[in-house]
Amino acid sequence: MESMNFSYPKANKPVTSRAHVGVVASGDLEVLIEPAQTSGASVSITTSVHGFQDTWKVVMDRFFNRFDKAVEITINDAGATPGSVMLRLQQAAEVLAQ
Amino acid sequence: MITQSSVFDFVQRRSFIELDARARAASLLDSGSAIELAGPFDRMQSPWLPLQGVAPQSDDGCVVLKGRIAGKPAVVIALEGKFQGGSIGEVSGAKVTTALDLAVRDSQRGSLTPAILLLETGGVRLQEANLGLAAVAEVIASVLKLRPYAPVITLIAGTVGCFGGMSLVAGVSSYVVMTREARLGLNGPEVIEQESGVEEFDSKDRALIWAIDGGEQRVALGMADLLAEDSVDDISLAIRTCLVKGVPSVHRSELVDLYRRRIGSLDVREQIDPVQLRAQWGETEMKGGIR
Repeated sequence: MESMNFSYPKANKPVTSRAHVGVVASGDLEVLIEPAQTSGASVSITTSVHGFQDTWKVVMDRFFNRFDKAVEITINDAGATPGSVMLRLQQAAEVLAQ
Repeated sequence: MITQSSVFDFVQRRSFIELDARARAASLLDSGSAIELAGPFDRMQSPWLPLQGVAPQSDDGCVVLKGRIAGKPAVVIALEGKFQGGSIGEVSGAKVTTALDLAVRDSQRGSLTPAILLLETGGVRLQEANLGLAAVAEVIASVLKLRPYAPVITLIAGTVGCFGGMSLVAGVSSYVVMTREARLGLNGPEVIEQESGVEEFDSKDRALIWAIDGGEQRVALGMADLLAEDSVDDISLAIRTCLVKGVPSVHRSELVDLYRRRIGSLDVREQIDPVQLRAQWGETEMKGGIR
């Protein structure tokens, strides 16, 4: 298992809602999005797979290219592919906007 | 027989099995009535899994929704079969027990609150060992406390099935509802094969497994009460049928003499055939279907 954190200080649009999607099933992950307690956005990832910190960083950077909300994102991952991770993030962003 | 209209019905139905635990639980409650207790944002997750290198889940694979069914109070407790095989650990066990105990408290205060358990589980979570075993004991104690007041209905819908310690919980429930795809058994097929050899039970023989553990056989033997199709409407109807029936005059787990006689009458010199067993047991005092 590996844990990592990223921060995106430029994502600073306030939100009031929360979102929870996904299940920590094999090849899948759960994503929780909540309003940030401090300024900017932060991401906290727990994954059962070792050694993919660079890949996670690329996926999160790409997501935050377009996502600009001040949120805390928590991810529990059981070996999802980068494509699945991005889809779950977009799904969570959609739920958040509803 | 497959007809044009049966194919149409099949395509049009809203599958229950394809939903995750939270959506399954919500689908049984009156729309807008559900409140989640100890949900994912409360972060009641397993402290033991990360210590063993396993990613936890923020609800520990257990969803508790309190709401109403047909206008009356009910609590739905759903295990997520895709997270760690729906296994019961310290935290998920405590959530199930506490939800049942709250239903007992409400029922004692005059607001009868039946519980619906959606069990998709291989039983005790091995990583939490004794804590999981203790959880099973606590859940059973709480089911026994609730069932004199309001029915406790176990629903086994998906192919994960209900095995191990949690099959005992199904056993003490007031009613058990299953789909054809679901399985119910104390020891899972792999465990039996591992312990007794492949000649005793071939865990790769799917036809054999479903002939013994499958929903159709369980209902035919009177070990489960209702068979439902994999559709939200059909399963919801089955649950409501049990709710209307109310607390049964006698619970299955109280029929000790019946089951002693049944087991005593088995000829174990030859392999017992599931079809024969159905003929032998299905025709005795307790038939399948609702009591």
